[in-house]
Amino acid sequence: MGVVAPRITSDAVAYVAGLARLELTGEELERFTVQLAAVLDHAADVEALDVGDVEPTAHPLALVNVLRDDVPRAGLERDEVLAAAPSVEDDRFRVPPVLGT
Amino acid sequence: MSTAGEARPASALAIAGAVRRGERRAAEVVDGYLEAIGRREGDVHAFNTLMDDQARRAADLIDRRVEAGEDPGPLAGVPVALKDNLCTRGVLTTCSSRILEGWLPPYDATVVERLGLAGAIAIGKTNLDEFAMGSSTENSAFGPTRNPHDLTRVPGGSSGGSAAAVAAGFAPLALGSDTGGSIRQPAALCGVVGIKPTYGRVSRYGLIAFASSLDQIGPLAPTVADAAALLEVIAGHDPLDSTSVAEPSPGLVERLGDGVEGLGIGVVAELMGEGVDPDVRRRVEAAAEVLAGAGAKVEEASVPAVAYGLSAYYLIAPAEASSNLARYDGVRYGLRVDAPTTGAMNVATRTAGFGAEVKRRIMLGTYALSAGYYDAYYGKAQRVRTLIVRDFAAAYQSFDLLLSPTAPTTAFPLGAKAADPLTMYLSDVCTIPSNLAGDPAVSVPFGAGDDGLPIGVQVLAPALAEVTMLRAAAVLENAMVDGGEAR
Repeated sequence: MGVVAPRITSDAVAYVAGLARLELTGEELERFTVQLAAVLDHAADVEALDVGDVEPTAHPLALVNVLRDDVPRAGLERDEVLAAAPSVEDDRFRVPPVLGT
Repeated sequence: MSTAGEARPASALAIAGAVRRGERRAAEVVDGYLEAIGRREGDVHAFNTLMDDQARRAADLIDRRVEAGEDPGPLAGVPVALKDNLCTRGVLTTCSSRILEGWLPPYDATVVERLGLAGAIAIGKTNLDEFAMGSSTENSAFGPTRNPHDLTRVPGGSSGGSAAAVAAGFAPLALGSDTGGSIRQPAALCGVVGIKPTYGRVSRYGLIAFASSLDQIGPLAPTVADAAALLEVIAGHDPLDSTSVAEPSPGLVERLGDGVEGLGIGVVAELMGEGVDPDVRRRVEAAAEVLAGAGAKVEEASVPAVAYGLSAYYLIAPAEASSNLARYDGVRYGLRVDAPTTGAMNVATRTAGFGAEVKRRIMLGTYALSAGYYDAYYGKAQRVRTLIVRDFAAAYQSFDLLLSPTAPTTAFPLGAKAADPLTMYLSDVCTIPSNLAGDPAVSVPFGAGDDGLPIGVQVLAPALAEVTMLRAAAVLENAMVDGGEAR
């Protein structure tokens, strides 16, 4: 029972780059399309497996929510954190306009 | 060109013993290693940042404490090289990426803090494949690291700087991180010991995330005992990592001499076939004989689903990476490329800041998680991960430990696999299954290939069975040291 997955196209790679907030040159788009297709081709062995009745594993441990006591605790030094930022104003991270141009 | 199995550098435990007894000054130890670095670092390029001033200051502090009658700890005065994806407060931490160039972390990773409490001295930050994505340390924004055994060859990766630092005698100990083999494969290619502990054994707090369900920090060292001593120091529960296991860590060094008498050890058939070089296979067979000679019951084992490990890994790890690396947006730390809007700034920053391999994996992961493909790729890979967990569990019904090659070949020439990512990915075929299962594994140097370059064999164990695993590693190491096992 194979899942039909079309070989990745350069249009799909361009779309994915947009989702990943990356801009590709024409040459990169071409190269990445070939390289990603090769990796996805290799993954065809996994695609071909019938594992519909197998539970997925997201993590090697049985994760449980971990809570600590609700006691105030010092965080990171604000000045040290802000010193690492590209742009700061009034103790806040400064960014260019978020809306429009 | 040097070969594997040369005279062993000073043991970390011996250094710590001498410093604690006041027989040797930590300052002199540090100066000795800084001199070794000065002589060959230009050729090897193991480090992104050398912490020479900090190391000298830390050594003075250790020496003053010894003079005052204090015990600075089990690794007193021992220099440790740190992979440059471990946060060090006030010291550059780059992940070998332009996107973090110049960043000074405001905190120490838990492992860095524990090293300090044990008296160890951080001597520098080692080169890696950008964000630990690679198997050769060629994907570094700051240039490749070279294998100290042959400068025309790669050291493996992604912890290639740490492995090369230990192999070149730049530090008696190093820390790396292992997501799909990034400690064990470079350890094998550089002829040193590398341990990937059980997932959750070592806190990941302050390890810059690549694939969070697979990443684990571990030691690299010239000997099993040194690696075990370093693991003892960094292991144990940490409230700052909700995935760190609560179980107390056992003493490791004291058990290394216990041998393998009566243990069942399986040679993984699926990792001994096509794609593994004959000389590598022969060394694994020789290791099996040594273990059998030491009283273990050694047989062929089958773990069928590991055949799908590579495919599953190269969907799961990029998927997690695409999510983890979304945080590099030019807002809070690292590089920013200015643009008129925040959206355009995000794109310009990420496009300029990430190298080609990181972009490839982010895109592969984004694709595997995207609408319409999630079930076919990511979902399916997670189900295959379950098969791998099950097949290992089944094998461990019959065996205490498993044995395989660490890497399918010896160190390959620089540039040999750079153009074809899939060929590079195949270097990790033997190491990836342990990460998917969350189990521990160790690579032990076990002679050399036809080309004279080091070969490592891998001992795999069920979760939390590091003691048994390292007992077998010690038996293999002793066989090499005694010379009973010709290389």
